[in-house]
Amino acid sequence: MTALISAKDLAISFGGVIAAEGVSLDVFEDDHLAIIGPNGAGKTTFLNICTGYLKPSAGSVTFQGRSILGSSPRAITRMGIARAFQIPQLFTEQTVLENMLIAAASQARRFAPFTPLMQIPERKEAEHILELVGCDDVSDRPASELPEGKRKLVDIALALALKPKVLLMDEPTSGVASSEKFDIMDTLIGALREQQVTSVFVEHDMEMVSRYANRVAVWNAGHIQSQGTPEDVLQDPEVVRTVIGV
Amino acid sequence: MSLQILVLTVLDGIAYGSLVFLVAVGLTLVFGVMRILNVAHGSFYALGAYAAASLGLVLSAYGISAWFAYPLFIVAAVAVGVSVGGLMERFILRRIYVREEYLQLLVTFAIFMILDNVQRLVWGVQPYFYTEPLSLMGNVTIVGIPYTAYQVIFLPLVALFILFGLRWFLRKTLAGSLIVAVTEDREAATAIGINARKVFFLTFIIGTTLASLGGALASPTTSVLPGMGAEMIVLSFAVAATAGLGQIGGAAIAALLIGLGRSSAVFFMPELEVVVPYLIMVIVLLFRPEGLFGKTTARKI
Amino acid sequence: MLMRIVLPVVVLVAIVLPLATSGWDAFLTLVWAKALPVLGIILLLQAGQVSFGHAMFFATGAYTAGFVIRAIPGGEIVIALAAAIGASVVAGLLVGVFVVRYRYIFFAMFNLAFSMVFYSLLEKFIHITGGSDGLSIPRPEILGQAMERSEYEFVLYYLALALLVICLYGVHRFLDSPLGHTLKAIKTNETRIEYLGLSPRRVLLIAYIISAFLAGLGGALVAVFQGIATPEYAYWVRSGEFVFVAILGGTGNVFGALAGSFVYEYIRVTATAYVGDTWQLTLGLVLLVIILFAPSGLVGVLNDIRGYLGKGRREPTPSGGKQPSGKTEKQRGEEQ
Ligand SMILES: Nc1ncnc2c1ncn2[C@@H]1O[C@H](COP(=O)(O)OP(=O)(O)OP(=O)(O)O)[C@@H](O)[C@H]1O
Ligand SMILES: [Mg+2]
Repeated sequence: MTALISAKDLAISFGGVIAAEGVSLDVFEDDHLAIIGPNGAGKTTFLNICTGYLKPSAGSVTFQGRSILGSSPRAITRMGIARAFQIPQLFTEQTVLENMLIAAASQARRFAPFTPLMQIPERKEAEHILELVGCDDVSDRPASELPEGKRKLVDIALALALKPKVLLMDEPTSGVASSEKFDIMDTLIGALREQQVTSVFVEHDMEMVSRYANRVAVWNAGHIQSQGTPEDVLQDPEVVRTVIGV
Repeated sequence: MSLQILVLTVLDGIAYGSLVFLVAVGLTLVFGVMRILNVAHGSFYALGAYAAASLGLVLSAYGISAWFAYPLFIVAAVAVGVSVGGLMERFILRRIYVREEYLQLLVTFAIFMILDNVQRLVWGVQPYFYTEPLSLMGNVTIVGIPYTAYQVIFLPLVALFILFGLRWFLRKTLAGSLIVAVTEDREAATAIGINARKVFFLTFIIGTTLASLGGALASPTTSVLPGMGAEMIVLSFAVAATAGLGQIGGAAIAALLIGLGRSSAVFFMPELEVVVPYLIMVIVLLFRPEGLFGKTTARKI
Repeated sequence: MLMRIVLPVVVLVAIVLPLATSGWDAFLTLVWAKALPVLGIILLLQAGQVSFGHAMFFATGAYTAGFVIRAIPGGEIVIALAAAIGASVVAGLLVGVFVVRYRYIFFAMFNLAFSMVFYSLLEKFIHITGGSDGLSIPRPEILGQAMERSEYEFVLYYLALALLVICLYGVHRFLDSPLGHTLKAIKTNETRIEYLGLSPRRVLLIAYIISAFLAGLGGALVAVFQGIATPEYAYWVRSGEFVFVAILGGTGNVFGALAGSFVYEYIRVTATAYVGDTWQLTLGLVLLVIILFAPSGLVGVLNDIRGYLGKGRREPTPSGGKQPSGKTEKQRGEEQ
């Protein structure tokens, strides 16, 4: 199998804090890769490097065999890597639907200056994605008025509207009520499998990991401590001690 | 000829840079602490200049020695900076700290319009000249070039005094360290009980006083006339931006750079005199958007 | 509602007015022309950016129109306006490429700096621009037709009105388009725009060029109407006036430009006698009062009154109408 995203020997530090050192990881086609690890381990930093938000001091990242080091988040997004954030990044003064339609218009490159946003042909699809993540009920609300959980889901919906090849999600359901989160993730991961979208998600909830991931990578203090199938990794006493912390 | 012109260019640049620094340092200090760009900062420069020139003219009308002008300049600067600046912070700025950035800008711009008008009401549109303090200090000859001591010795000394005085104040005094604490992390500073309001007030009047001091000291070297405030705000902004907003030591170097750039333009491309400072700024910022000494921080996402 | 009822009514009244009464045309021609740069400012404010330098494009349009009219015999106004538009678009592109890299303070101040430089160049290059006396502009022909003054002003009135209506409608539609909504998104989250595969700078540059175009067109119209272009057209006080009028009218809607421009010119004409020397002071004070107490401007106040009277639904405004402060944002969150 060929790696879709391939990171080699990444390193970056902030002041004295090492957020990545010798980080090498391959993401394969149709993977649903979970990234786990304690707070401050460097999980978000890894996503930041893969999407061009941060430039590593050493190492390389390729996507479909092409180096994406030095490319902007915009260019990388256009290549087919979409991202949902740990802190949702929404257009707070606009409604949820407007947020979605901006994303959809960008994906379809619809920039005709006088077509109303609300009437672009991609609207149906965008509304469908909102339904998928359980946010169709808030589509007319300004994004700033949403509770944290909904914001996270809308943030994922924005990434999905880009029809990516790879979807990166940073703690996708933190803040989402636990009564809902498995329902939503069931439909979401189901849809991703159906559309053959590869996903990488940072997660703290081990039940989510064992339920949705086919592979797990464990981060610790800027290093990858171990990786493998959920069954193997979650049994590893070392991982249990550092990450799950029992 | 070339050596003489070179020396003259350098002296002009130093004299001019020292004055611009005095104004720019206040602007950058206020921005560093309060994250507000005071567009009215140039008005304080103009008010200081007018106040000093009128006091000076009173002195000469009563035949009092111009030696008294130097301390009077400082008195005038402090009076203007503290009173007008204090009122502005207390009654207007304090209401907008939580507002959107563009509204904060508009508010200081409105005050700029008001002060610009007030200054024309009080002093009219005729230029004022009060040059005695300039001639009083006499000339010095540098590499065969006579130059006023006021401009090449006194002003740079004042600028250095302010630069090092400010650094000492911020590092070694209690009030200074409170200011630094608020600059570095406003939330944490407020959390440990620092009164950010007082710090803002203090910082702001220090900033405006520096601007009016710059104006007062500039008054003997130039004709005091309407429009000088507007010119100075963009110029001192150019200095502050070239250095990196909030960088005090950097502002001194940027002021010197821009002063020298301008004085070379005066000798070599006089039509471009007004353009050169901004050209320097644009070139610096194209290569270093955060300024020569500024730091960028990636937002957490 | 504003677009479908108010605009047609205003346009209708404006069309009939010069036929019914006299004495208003000169005043209103200036209102139409000066609403254009204000519209440009409102466009930029959608992205949360304010320019303290748009008078430079106003002057670019004015001087270009002046040069063209002086250069070609008879001086055709259509060519002059076209040239003015062309010049201000090019100027907008050149300045814009630099300033759209920056936001807020930097954006505002760089615009101011560019306009100050432009102002002093206009004053300095006397042999080209006529220095501070300005450039006098003879009355041009309109479509090859030389005209008497009253006839000329009559036609200019309708020309300015037509151009304003087209621009108001065009900007309104633009703001409703995907690009327009992306422009508004610049105000709240540029990171997300990047991560949607779009360039905030490019979007802002497009808006900036449009705003320069609007300012240039307005400047050209004022210049051919008044028969002169002076460096004062590029002065920072004039840039400040554009921003002032935008805030006065309300930045949430393109109509703010028209409402603000009308009220502003009206006050200027009637109040100059009383406040002559303190005009700028008055502007500053009013600006302060609006920002501190009525941040959504005239259109916002009208909307509020309408909402208060319970007549009709409140028009959703792009950005005005809500209290734009961090604090209220938080309070709103807490109300959940
Ligand atoms: N832009 C930055 N500037 C300075 N330090 C940073 C920056 N980004 C990350 N860090 C530091 O790098 C380390 C790793 O941060 P990162 O956000 O990647 O952790 P994480 O594994 O995502 O943690 P969490 O589970 O809390 O989200 C932390 O110590 C963090 O403070
Ligand atoms: Mg994280």
